[in-house]
Amino acid sequence: MIMNGKFGKYGGIFVPELLIPALEELENAFLKYKDDNKFNKELEFYLKEFAGRPTGLYLAKNISKKLGCKIYLKREDMLHTGAHKINNTLGQGLLAKYMGKDRIIAETGAGQHGIATAAVGAMLDIPVEVYMGSEDVDRQRLNVFRMEISGANVIPVENGACTLKDAINQAFRDWITNVENTHYLIGSTMGPHPYPTMVKHFQTIIGKECRKQILELENKLPDAVIACVGGGSNSIGIFSEFISDKNVELIGVEGGGDGIASGRHGATLSAGSEGILHGSLSYVLQDNDGQIAEAHSLSAGLDYPGVGPEQSHLKTTGRAKYEPITDSEALRGFNLLSRYEGIMPALESSHAVAFAEKYSSVPENKGKTIIINLSGRGDKDMFLAAKLLGVKV
Amino acid sequence: MSLENSSLESYSEMFKRASKKFEGVFVPFVVAGDPDFDTSLAIVKELVKNGADALEIGFAFSDPIADGPTVQEANLRALNSGINIDKNFEFIKKIREFTSIPVGILIYYNLIYQRGIDLFYQQASENGINSILSADLPPEEASEVVKVAKKYGVNQIFLAAQTTTNERLKVISEFSSGFTYLVSVMGVTGARNEVKNSTVDLIKRLRKHNDLPLLVGFGISHPNHVKEVIEAGAEGAIVGSALIEIISQNLNDKERMLQKIGENTLKLKEATKNCL
Ligand SMILES: Cc1ncc(COP(=O)(O)O)c(C=O)c1O
Repeated sequence: MIMNGKFGKYGGIFVPELLIPALEELENAFLKYKDDNKFNKELEFYLKEFAGRPTGLYLAKNISKKLGCKIYLKREDMLHTGAHKINNTLGQGLLAKYMGKDRIIAETGAGQHGIATAAVGAMLDIPVEVYMGSEDVDRQRLNVFRMEISGANVIPVENGACTLKDAINQAFRDWITNVENTHYLIGSTMGPHPYPTMVKHFQTIIGKECRKQILELENKLPDAVIACVGGGSNSIGIFSEFISDKNVELIGVEGGGDGIASGRHGATLSAGSEGILHGSLSYVLQDNDGQIAEAHSLSAGLDYPGVGPEQSHLKTTGRAKYEPITDSEALRGFNLLSRYEGIMPALESSHAVAFAEKYSSVPENKGKTIIINLSGRGDKDMFLAAKLLGVKV
Repeated sequence: MSLENSSLESYSEMFKRASKKFEGVFVPFVVAGDPDFDTSLAIVKELVKNGADALEIGFAFSDPIADGPTVQEANLRALNSGINIDKNFEFIKKIREFTSIPVGILIYYNLIYQRGIDLFYQQASENGINSILSADLPPEEASEVVKVAKKYGVNQIFLAAQTTTNERLKVISEFSSGFTYLVSVMGVTGARNEVKNSTVDLIKRLRKHNDLPLLVGFGISHPNHVKEVIEAGAEGAIVGSALIEIISQNLNDKERMLQKIGENTLKLKEATKNCL
């Protein structure tokens, strides 16, 4: 390995020996192509013409007025396939192509990353197999169909709790077995080095655009940037360009499930402890022995007992703050944005919206300029939202 | 009972004992507490009684990414039966009541990390563990662990695989003590039908870059495989999934389970003999 892949003490390469050469190969390719003109031109083209970048920075005037803050939305929800995930799948998909890999595997929880990977696989003509917990397959039939119609093979995972964590385990096992021709396209800033660094690289486009946009619109930096945190990719993507601006508050919002006290949540940074899961040292939800716990969140994208290592570093250094938002608060955020702005956020992003409302209600925050990273749109969640709101559709 | 001044056999003593008899070594792998504490202990007794030269004992983990379905299920059965780290150590202590052959453990690193590296290795040593192999701890992340292992006289074991470059083989051999665990397949643990030619090549390549004895595991499931890898130059073989399958297939008939474990152990040990 050329870099040590650490963020402070977090990160690393805690993987079986069989994967080390694959990680070395991937790191090499990433370092080579990230500054390669041809690669970047091609990626830029797809980001613009295939995915729909740049995304807008939209002043949400109605909730701004209602909440007494100036609230901007970074519109990642406008991207093709419905979320920021496509930034990373395009980057890694293209990298896999440049590396000559003829097979891509991915994990997915709700299906958002699986759909983005399936789309990129279809476009680049590389076969895609997606591991998905059998629980999630049952809960997300429509998304399974969306992946399959783009030609991806969805493999239900019957191990453990049959959710995202188990799908990731199974994807690693596949990669261990087929490492020579296969690229494992991880969907967030987690996993062993170089993934956290590489996924961040492909997601910083959110922050780069956003910084320029807010300076154009406001002639100053925002007071706070708020993003939801599952594995950490949309939040790192937008935070990264503001980290050195010490006056900009960075707030990551975690899936609080039924509340921290209930023990049923996905708030890894707020309520977890240091540990090693899926290849890196970071915060995890676990018992005293180190057995990994199950996460709980109504939003599948935040339903993960780990988190990316850089987030742990930002937490321990105090540069970013992390706050849990419960399921019911998130549902309120979902309603708020739908009702007042005509924008239905993904349930993941609804957590960030809900926290922005809380933040705005603090007297000393009145009048501040806030950016919410609207990581995805709510189309995928409409059935669940209807059910939770007691509406028959 | 610290290893240095105890009556426990070391790996080098074991390899000497076997080579004097012109034998390879046979090392079975099972998960502590699978399917439950007492049955698991009875299984280990059968293994020892029928000729195991050393033992490899798994400490169950919730997310074993290097393991195929057979060992995953064993982990799950053990966890469901209530095994935890304290009980794992107690399990090893009980094993020490009836045998002094080398006992190694196979574990995932988070379990060591949570207890604290120093305390974990101290307890390992006190309970009579000869070696620790952490499936997700490559040499890059292991400098602290290797130091602590030395302090407590525990052998730290590392994996080597076909994809491991010669350069890395050298690093692995510097970091390891006791033996090197050679992964015979590209893949996770699980019974296989054959030993790949590439395994034989790897044994030969490793020999050039590594002075430690070699034990071959992952996918070794038949007495013929054992014979083959020893004839190719390894000191012995580790067999896990093929034995664990006997456990999972006989969960309702413990007597038959134990009898079959015994019979198979005997055959697998037999295969280490006369392969010169
Ligand atoms: C819309 C949306 N936002 C956020 C996330 C959480 O992931 P991350 O923290 O990597 O941005 C997901 C994951 O599926 C998602 O679909």
